[in-house]
Amino acid sequence: MIPENLRYSKEHEWVKVDGNIATIGITSFAQEQLGDIVFIELPEVETQVKAMQDFGVAESIKTVSTLYSPVSGKIVEINSELAESPGTVNASPYAEGWMIKVELSNPSEVNSLLDAKQYQELISTTSE
Amino acid sequence: MNKKTILFSEHLRLGARMVPFGGWEMPVQYSSITEEHAAVRTRVGLFDIGHMGVIEIKNYKPAAAPKSPAPALSFLQYVTTNDVSRLENYQFQYTVACNETGGTVDDLLVGKLPDKYIVVANAANTEKVLAWLEKQRAAKNFELYIRHATEISMLSLQGPNAAALIEKIAGRNVTADKKNRSFVWVAGSPVLAKDPPGIAAGCEILISRTGYTGEDGFEFFAPKDFAVELWNRLLLDGAAYKIKPCGLGARDTLRLEAALPLYGHEYDDDTSPIEAGYGWAVKFDKGEFIGRDRLLQQKENGLPKKLFGLELPDKNIPRAGYAVYADITGQSKIGQITSGTFSPTLGKPIGLAYLQSSDLINAPAVGNIPRVYVKIREKFVPASVVSTPFYKKNRASTAQTN
Repeated sequence: MIPENLRYSKEHEWVKVDGNIATIGITSFAQEQLGDIVFIELPEVETQVKAMQDFGVAESIKTVSTLYSPVSGKIVEINSELAESPGTVNASPYAEGWMIKVELSNPSEVNSLLDAKQYQELISTTSE
Repeated sequence: MNKKTILFSEHLRLGARMVPFGGWEMPVQYSSITEEHAAVRTRVGLFDIGHMGVIEIKNYKPAAAPKSPAPALSFLQYVTTNDVSRLENYQFQYTVACNETGGTVDDLLVGKLPDKYIVVANAANTEKVLAWLEKQRAAKNFELYIRHATEISMLSLQGPNAAALIEKIAGRNVTADKKNRSFVWVAGSPVLAKDPPGIAAGCEILISRTGYTGEDGFEFFAPKDFAVELWNRLLLDGAAYKIKPCGLGARDTLRLEAALPLYGHEYDDDTSPIEAGYGWAVKFDKGEFIGRDRLLQQKENGLPKKLFGLELPDKNIPRAGYAVYADITGQSKIGQITSGTFSPTLGKPIGLAYLQSSDLINAPAVGNIPRVYVKIREKFVPASVVSTPFYKKNRASTAQTN
């Protein structure tokens, strides 16, 4: 259910690390909480992000949700598909619904993120 | 500890996500807000509105003299802005209970029945309204019986197919009734006798031609003991019309498209019905009522603020509390958003906002549509001021059955 090969933040983002590049999105739990997503606001490529700072916004019909970066670095790619089809995040949060790719400035930050088991525990105890 | 309506278990059974609202645990959605919204606009949807407050007002004693109106009527005329004397039996009207300063205690439905009046209050305001009514009753010594009818649980059936479903279930030609009268459905009659068992014979359910979606629809005042059966009966018989249970999420997007007000957003203790755009529900010539003087002043001297509809471009969704400016640099704040969403039917962001109306007249217009600026996070987004409602049901359109 919760992909084993990813790391997670307490703000319900996931991180996939490939060498020095981290791909970031929101978890299935997060997209479910949001409901039908109508808009994803992402920053431009080259923008610097810092761990635990906001990088964008996910809007659903009933709510606005801030997106927090789990890691620090420079944005090297954003998922431009989401402008046309924000619903992709609902349909495929861990794959096609990825949001940004960050060139890590401090790779050791990944170690302090939650693993799948810890994230599972987090959402089990989070009341709706 | 939040209250639960009698349909709580049904919502869980249907997989609804529950949220606290006005002191109650209510379903916000079953499948998705967008789907439920579309069901009401194109077919028919069913809502549990058992959180609403149903209040009965009865004459404690018959009128003393034949010509004096029974106390219930005089009392309601005194505490509400609309003209209650216009109600025939089985008719409902929208109205507002104002305080002395012309602000709003609650917006209400008032219905006349042969033996009583019914007042429907918002869930969050039920206790406040009961206390207010009792206070006013006692202050003027009206001899009345005011009670909170907690044995009644309301449901709402809304959409272009609602009338057809009601006709099928209750055997009454509601389409032909141009006066939109409510009626008492005596359930359990032969028309219903099908498998699974119909509602217990003799059960009386008041059905009004009212709603909060901008579609044709009906609201049921069901005895709690029969609410679950009624809910399931409607879902079963409504399957032919592809009925969907709908939650508060869709209830909000629907009412907002229809520019219907929500207490706590468009109404509060300091906001009058005239400011909210409901001056038509204020009948100055009906006689004395609480707030009349201040409301008359507003009408004659101009309103402190006025509610306007806004449309925004792309996916810039306005949310309650966002500030509104006359200029793109944010120098001149003229108001704030009371409610906003992404309209599923129109496919664009919409919102309602109280603006200082004199400033609006001066705000630069683009192509004759006044323009203001809504601060969304750090951006000042241009918004067009448009006439409301944003959505109006198409009377010529055919209800869909697929």
